[in-house]
Amino acid sequence: MNVNGRAVTADVEPRTLLVHFLRDDLGLTGTHIGCETSYCGACTVIVDGRTAKSCTMLAVQADGAEITTIEGLAADGELHPVQEGFWERHGLQCGYCTPGMIMSAVGLLSENPDPSEDEIRHGIEGNICRCTGYHNIVRAIEYAAAKMRGEEPAPAEWETQEVTA
Amino acid sequence: MSVETRHRIRGGVGESVTRPDGVPKVCGAFQYLDDLRADGMLWAATRRATVARGRIVALDVGTASAMPGVHDVITFADVPGRPYQGQIVPDQPVLCDGEIRHWGEAIAVVAADDPETARLAAEAITVDVEELEPVVDVERALELGDVFRHFPVRRGDPEARGDVVVEGFYEMGTQDQAPLGTEAGLAVPDGHGGVDLWGPSQWTHVDHEQLVACLGLRPEELRVHISGLGGAFGAREDLTLQTHIALLALRTGRPVKQHYDRADSFAAHVKRHAARMWYRHEADRDGRLVKVEARMILDGGAYQMTSQAVIANAATFAVGPYRCPNTFVDAYVVRTNHPPAGAMRGFGTNQACFAAESQMDRLAAELGIDPLELRLRNALEPGDALATTGQVVTEPLPTSEVIRSVAALPLPDDEPGDDPLRLPGGTGLTTPPDRVVRGVGYAVGIKNLAFSEGFDDYAEARVTLTADGAEVHTAAIEVGQGMVTVLIQIARSALGIENVEVVFDDTSKIGSAGSSSASRQTQMAGGAVLRAAEAARSAALALAGGDDLDDLGVWRDGELVMTLAELAERGPISEWVRFRHPETEEPDENGQGRLHVDFSVAAHRAVVDVDPELGLVRVVQIDIAQDVGRVINPVQLRGQIEGGIAQGMGWAIMEELVFRDDGTVANPTFTDYLLPTILDMPPVEAVLVEQPGTWGPFGAKGMAELPTVSVTPAVVAAIRDATGKALRRVPVRPEDIVFGDG
Ligand code: FES
Ligand code: FES
Repeated sequence: MNVNGRAVTADVEPRTLLVHFLRDDLGLTGTHIGCETSYCGACTVIVDGRTAKSCTMLAVQADGAEITTIEGLAADGELHPVQEGFWERHGLQCGYCTPGMIMSAVGLLSENPDPSEDEIRHGIEGNICRCTGYHNIVRAIEYAAAKMRGEEPAPAEWETQEVTA
Repeated sequence: MSVETRHRIRGGVGESVTRPDGVPKVCGAFQYLDDLRADGMLWAATRRATVARGRIVALDVGTASAMPGVHDVITFADVPGRPYQGQIVPDQPVLCDGEIRHWGEAIAVVAADDPETARLAAEAITVDVEELEPVVDVERALELGDVFRHFPVRRGDPEARGDVVVEGFYEMGTQDQAPLGTEAGLAVPDGHGGVDLWGPSQWTHVDHEQLVACLGLRPEELRVHISGLGGAFGAREDLTLQTHIALLALRTGRPVKQHYDRADSFAAHVKRHAARMWYRHEADRDGRLVKVEARMILDGGAYQMTSQAVIANAATFAVGPYRCPNTFVDAYVVRTNHPPAGAMRGFGTNQACFAAESQMDRLAAELGIDPLELRLRNALEPGDALATTGQVVTEPLPTSEVIRSVAALPLPDDEPGDDPLRLPGGTGLTTPPDRVVRGVGYAVGIKNLAFSEGFDDYAEARVTLTADGAEVHTAAIEVGQGMVTVLIQIARSALGIENVEVVFDDTSKIGSAGSSSASRQTQMAGGAVLRAAEAARSAALALAGGDDLDDLGVWRDGELVMTLAELAERGPISEWVRFRHPETEEPDENGQGRLHVDFSVAAHRAVVDVDPELGLVRVVQIDIAQDVGRVINPVQLRGQIEGGIAQGMGWAIMEELVFRDDGTVANPTFTDYLLPTILDMPPVEAVLVEQPGTWGPFGAKGMAELPTVSVTPAVVAAIRDATGKALRRVPVRPEDIVFGDG
């Protein structure tokens, strides 16, 4: 298979899950495991252009596939706009869900470059975050969508919010 | 020149500074515990009990030990030191001591070449169990006298009578923190009989204390390090796999790693206490509380963990943020054969808040007074005595203001329409729009900040000036909450230097910062950093004879007199501080005294749409006004609020760890333990009320728990408003709405 633009050949046991292959054999530990029951989305990667939960795929099923993990997103030391959005717009706290969220968002934006808030929510409904309450994740993806369309992202909410004394 | 040196520091207190760990986290480069590895490491796997109570009649690890690739198997008999652990009372066997006391209790742990071999070997261990009748009912445990702690409150006149009386019984199911990262750890033997440990911790020094006792090590032989956590919320307050992997590493002489799967995680970490509560409120005709009586029983599970402190919170916040001259509470936390309960966000105040706020609504209805007006008439303000402990509130406490502020926020005007996303049942298309009823509910919460009951609560920090900036050294733990950013902002504002880095020291390098819990680190670790930074700045100015400090160095009368590099060579300046908050007291036999150092309050409003025929709920909006003292980082603070609301809302309508009658857990996976998804999460409006406190850095107050506390009763109140049902239990299940009493 090809992982983040690098050809990878390995003999694996038939029962090896893709997520374990990525993490343990290739050392790509940015792909996380939250539930191993295809529920939380922490293990989301892109396989042949489509998002997939790598805890539900065997490594052998990805034979010959093009795989992108979180480690393959940034190009030439520049963050991908979705990565930048999650950082700039505080789309993470513990960050454990973040790589999976980012990969799902990248998948969403490749199909729909100008999603509405509802479309964003639908696009990542398979990803659980226990820390953030999700709103800043939506803002992060909106930021990225604007950037990828070549527009200036809307100012951050907190720049306009009030505090009472 | 002097203009340049009198610059306003960038990225200091009050700004929405981005997280320093944000870039590694978005790149997949941040090291979480489960990412750690060491050359030649072994993998551990745990064999667990499948019953809630039983006696082990035969335990044979022979087959497992003989399997190729297996290096060691440990059981209770192999624990070299004190075989029991626990941060308040060490009553939890490191591994099952012969009597199984809860489902999922660890019996043996295997170390093998790879995770699969370890798992197979753990399964190959023979465990013959004679089942015993488990205690699964808290009333039964109380009858048996199996009480971890009874916390009584006796204040005022027991004979006092009000004009109106409302009585209620309330119940709450068990909640799991469900941090997205499960427990993982790595133990590396140092070759001299000691070990280095990375494990899931909210307080490495208290882990260290327990671990050296259990492992029979001298304190200097164990170093507990800090590594990335995928959330905590209380789940990492007590030990899980740390003792096991450290022992295996010491015995095998090899590094040992373990990474729990979700079922292990549900089995191993403490839960939020399930509760049963009876309440009786008496008030005069104007709605002023005359007397509150409560009997609360919390399910402590099999071992004590932090239950003793949790019950003190439940008891002392039994009335909520209201004045009441006569208060009588009996709060018990009892031992059952459920998995141990312990810390979770809110720490005992959530249960009290649900019952007390439900009572306030019923009292309002009984009196025909608006529920908010009733709360305002009783609101606890500075100068008042806490209804339970009798201690006078000496710090700012804007109870009325948070109530008024949340009530003043606009209500959502959008009627559900026919977009399925906006209807209960969602894309299941279960609910026609005309069947939807809307409800609005309020609740007010109060929480103590930092540790209570006379505990010697302190945090250490060291601030060192380097050739190009400053380092903050601490053992305070970043669990995801954003403490690292807050510490940097505090240090920047206090030092005048922007280039600040936080270094997380292991237990051998710095003293305790206390736990990342109890909403305490902004004030405690932050308080220590503030003082250390102030001391470092003073020392730098004194050494160089200057009047200002920035990233270039020390200035005098607008002239740079010494660069940071020169200062580092001359100094080096490194200031250590141990910071304590104002003292608290232990309760007397009536639960009276200055038990708590400080409080914070919040008010929530929830708006829900309900399909009463199917019992489905969609939360439409949740608003909050919260007393935060002073905002250090607005975006992070709002992030804590939104995440906290999600968890408290989850407990209101979907999250419950379900026990079967035999005490085993029915749903230890994410498929069955339901967590709020992005589609469940409503919009949140938050008003931050700033009335600076006297002892937190820059007036800041801890804030991370309250968003979770009063949202649960607010959501239930909204469902009651929509349906007219009594709903005395959370989580509210569809059948409670459809078939429950009115
Ligand atoms: S780990 Fe794959 S979906 Fe949770
Ligand atoms: S940031 Fe912690 S799970 Fe999403």
